[in-house]
Amino acid sequence: MAMKFYYDLLSQPCRALYIVLQASKIPYEACPIPLKTGMHLSESFAKDVSKFQKLPVIHDKDFRLTESVAILKYLANEKNLSDKFYPKDSKSQARVDEFLSWQHHNIRGFCTGYFRMKWLMPLITGQQSSERHLKGSKQNMSDNLDLFESLWLSDDKFITGGTPNAADIWAACEIEQTRIAGYNPCEGRPYLEAWLQKVREEPFYKEAHTIVEAIISKQ
Amino acid sequence: MSLKLYYDFLSQPSRALYILLKTSKLPFEDCPVALRNGAHLNDEFKYNVSRFQKVPVIHDGDFKLTESVAILRYLSREKNLPEFWYPKDSKKQARVDEFLEWQHNNVRAFCALYFQKKWLFPIITGKEMEPKKLAGYKKRMEDCLDSMEILWLSNGKYICGDNLTAADLWAACEVEQPRLASYDPTVGRPILGAWLDRVRSELGENYRVAHEILNKIATKSQKAKM
Repeated sequence: MAMKFYYDLLSQPCRALYIVLQASKIPYEACPIPLKTGMHLSESFAKDVSKFQKLPVIHDKDFRLTESVAILKYLANEKNLSDKFYPKDSKSQARVDEFLSWQHHNIRGFCTGYFRMKWLMPLITGQQSSERHLKGSKQNMSDNLDLFESLWLSDDKFITGGTPNAADIWAACEIEQTRIAGYNPCEGRPYLEAWLQKVREEPFYKEAHTIVEAIISKQ
Repeated sequence: MSLKLYYDFLSQPSRALYILLKTSKLPFEDCPVALRNGAHLNDEFKYNVSRFQKVPVIHDGDFKLTESVAILRYLSREKNLPEFWYPKDSKKQARVDEFLEWQHNNVRAFCALYFQKKWLFPIITGKEMEPKKLAGYKKRMEDCLDSMEILWLSNGKYICGDNLTAADLWAACEVEQPRLASYDPTVGRPILGAWLDRVRSELGENYRVAHEILNKIATKSQKAKM
């Protein structure tokens, strides 16, 4: 029985996993779950898919797993994930872990925060967020993207060195999300722009971002 | 001695790593960093210890590493960490990873934010936070602690089953932090309370030493309330 992958390409960590699964040619059964229907909030989802009621989720026979970074590591241990994404060399792997840990309460936190406040919550509630809150959220996100650029992108072509890996895929997927909310993360950030252009050339990246680009082009 | 740990006992992930290393009897050079003095904010720290200017940090020879979860994984590969902390079995390890990833934007984020807004912010600025805003931070923390009980502590004695793992140590250190701000996370949460007692008891003296400063401050602020 192939592993099941529950995902929505509107979700950043889902896109990241989609890219690495496809590029590593890991067989899986695609189980798309449209988040905008709210079906992940139902009791049957909690029972049959995941008690955390979020995406992404994998089912490997009766083993259920959430959290995209935990899933990435599980795929590396069990499913022949390409070494390119998660190096076997201990120090190189530590560098990827270091970034994937840092990003949670940095770019993921701030970019998702702004995206939710600016685009998602108004869609769900029908109400705009307050100007004051939006301004604050946007500033925090902007400051954090500056920090990301200066801490991680100044020296090398990619986040942990000369070649792209899961750190770059995860980061790029988070940063693209801000564009749905009408924000240009590349403006005034030449290192970030150059890096993002390179990551966008990765196999399956464009395919994973088809929905994102479609939403943006309609705006 | 090749391994150095830069830490401050006021920092939850610092405590977790300290307790991990001590309990595992892994030799390391003790490099305390006084965050309250801004020791991490100067150029010397930035260039010689870590460009991220936070703790914890390890130096293993000339290899510098930050982020406590990344450090845990590195130690498990490189330094004979007892296996129970971070099992080598792929599915058991995935369970620990799942919690350690979840906690970043859940129990860590909400407990740390409440602690910062209630305890740290007044110390730094000399002003109390606006009560309505503070109530918001408190509610989000409380909802998260309730979630933690339901989602993670109903499967056995510990987070990943019947054996203590790094997940419990990391979680416990986060859950202790709001006590600095006179908030007892175990009140009204008997399952959380029982789990925390088990972790404290199993990790004994090393846990107590790492939490000594926190316990002193928490006791003082509790007395001040009464």
